[in-house]
Amino acid sequence: MSDDARFGLDRHLVLPGPLALDGGGMLAPVELAYETYGTLNADASNAILLCHALTGDQYVASNHPITGKPGWWTRMVGPGRPIDTDRYFVICPNVIGSCMGSSGPESLAPDGQPYAMRFPVITIRDMVRAQAMLLDHLGIGRLYAVVGGSMGGMQAITWAATYPTRVASAVIIASTARHSAQNIAFHEVGRQAIMADPNWRGGDYYVDGKGPDAGLAVARMAAHITYLSEQGLTEKFGRRLQNRDAKTFGFDADFQVESYLRHQGLSFTDRFDANSYLYITRAMDYFDLAEEHGGHLANAFRGVATRFCLVSFDTDWLYPTSESRNIVHALNASGAPVSFVELSAPFGHDSFLLDVPDLNRVVDGFLKAGGL
Amino acid sequence: MSPLRPDLAIIAREVTAGARVLDVGCGDGALMAALRDEKQVDARGMELDPANVAECVARGLSVIQGDADTDLSDYPEAAFDFAILSQTLQTTMRPDLVVDQLLRIGRKAFVSFPNFAHWRVRLSLLWGGRMPVTRLLPVAWYETPNIHHVTIDDFRALVRDRGITVEGAWFLSGDRLTSAAAANFRAEHAVFLLSR
Repeated sequence: MSDDARFGLDRHLVLPGPLALDGGGMLAPVELAYETYGTLNADASNAILLCHALTGDQYVASNHPITGKPGWWTRMVGPGRPIDTDRYFVICPNVIGSCMGSSGPESLAPDGQPYAMRFPVITIRDMVRAQAMLLDHLGIGRLYAVVGGSMGGMQAITWAATYPTRVASAVIIASTARHSAQNIAFHEVGRQAIMADPNWRGGDYYVDGKGPDAGLAVARMAAHITYLSEQGLTEKFGRRLQNRDAKTFGFDADFQVESYLRHQGLSFTDRFDANSYLYITRAMDYFDLAEEHGGHLANAFRGVATRFCLVSFDTDWLYPTSESRNIVHALNASGAPVSFVELSAPFGHDSFLLDVPDLNRVVDGFLKAGGL
Repeated sequence: MSPLRPDLAIIAREVTAGARVLDVGCGDGALMAALRDEKQVDARGMELDPANVAECVARGLSVIQGDADTDLSDYPEAAFDFAILSQTLQTTMRPDLVVDQLLRIGRKAFVSFPNFAHWRVRLSLLWGGRMPVTRLLPVAWYETPNIHHVTIDDFRALVRDRGITVEGAWFLSGDRLTSAAAANFRAEHAVFLLSR
């Protein structure tokens, strides 16, 4: 296995065929960057696909090459963890549209220049179709499970709806079957911040490397607020001042929360491409699984043999519990086996990435019950 | 595993093998696990307490967090062979509507509940003048989840008024069966199998 170049860290694949896109047209060539962990068993029945969130990447359980930080889900993925790499073969691809090695606006178009805004607008289902081609290449017909939080959950549920015979179990955490008006509104704030930055230049900023960092940082700051809960912000920062005893009566970052957000925004620009942010937020905004199935979400799960596990968090106001319940309702109507729990955690939407022991217990038990 | 509670043991015995079952108020999933393991039942559960739901899912059971009063309407008609409501009827806001829902989504329904007309309960009220605290009703009036106390005769009247068929009934004193005739006085606990 170890000498098979398809498996391991920092893998790249140029998909064999063009990718037909929901928006019409084809994308070719399509490159996917991915990592695998663990060992694929002889009958390829232990594969778990991990789908990352908006600004996530394939480095789920290995150090990030730019930030040097540990993988984004080491609480959940690794030896002895709920997604146990001693037991399962784990694949985590970078979504198309992103900027960590998979085809996106930063990639070179056939004319040798970066696509920039010539990159086609993609959908969640396009991301999933590309992943399916990757699995074909890896020799995996049926997934033991697909697992994702937030936008990763949108991919996971799309997997079950698009390839009903290829997914045995799906874990959908802190996610939704459609983007709400509020979700779209926040994303639009982010996109407008990027496009209002004079360095954006219609997306053609790759030549001299001076991108719309200020705009992208503001987009990240606004989005970051939606990932936290008011309670979490209050506990972490309150109205405490940053390295000073009194207000300055100016516009420096007097408050700790301002300083924190500015740091989050700036450090984000080191690792993320502004155009990718535009494309991926657009894909999320376009996501409405019911719309793809005649307006009835239950239709998306006709004939689906997948076991589902949904988890929401009581402080998540980005994709609140009602969105998960909406999915559960549709799954019940279609008769699919579904588990659902709203867990209590103080971290808002980000809870799925943080220390919530019950989440680990639920995912662990649900996966083990899949019968490997 | 510890043996099933007596009312659950009766239900487990009566459910047909391979049936589709919804256990409403499934607690820690003991009945579901027994049905799955011993009768290859396709068991689904609903439970209000998130800690119990997490426990069930960790046991590999398909359980959703939900409320019998509001969330049964999510299921399509006749989705299950049996809908089960054990020791939960008396905690619901509208027991009558919950029974209707059980018989809408299940072809048959098991309903079990503690009998508030058991002689111990009567004596406690008659001689002590206090709301009874007994083995099956162990919690004081101010913190009990039981908001609609019901007797066996009350329940018999409810199903009769609503034209529901009683397909079977079991009455328990401790873990022993007792006769139907004096059940309203002698049974601590009743299990009814209902159909439309």
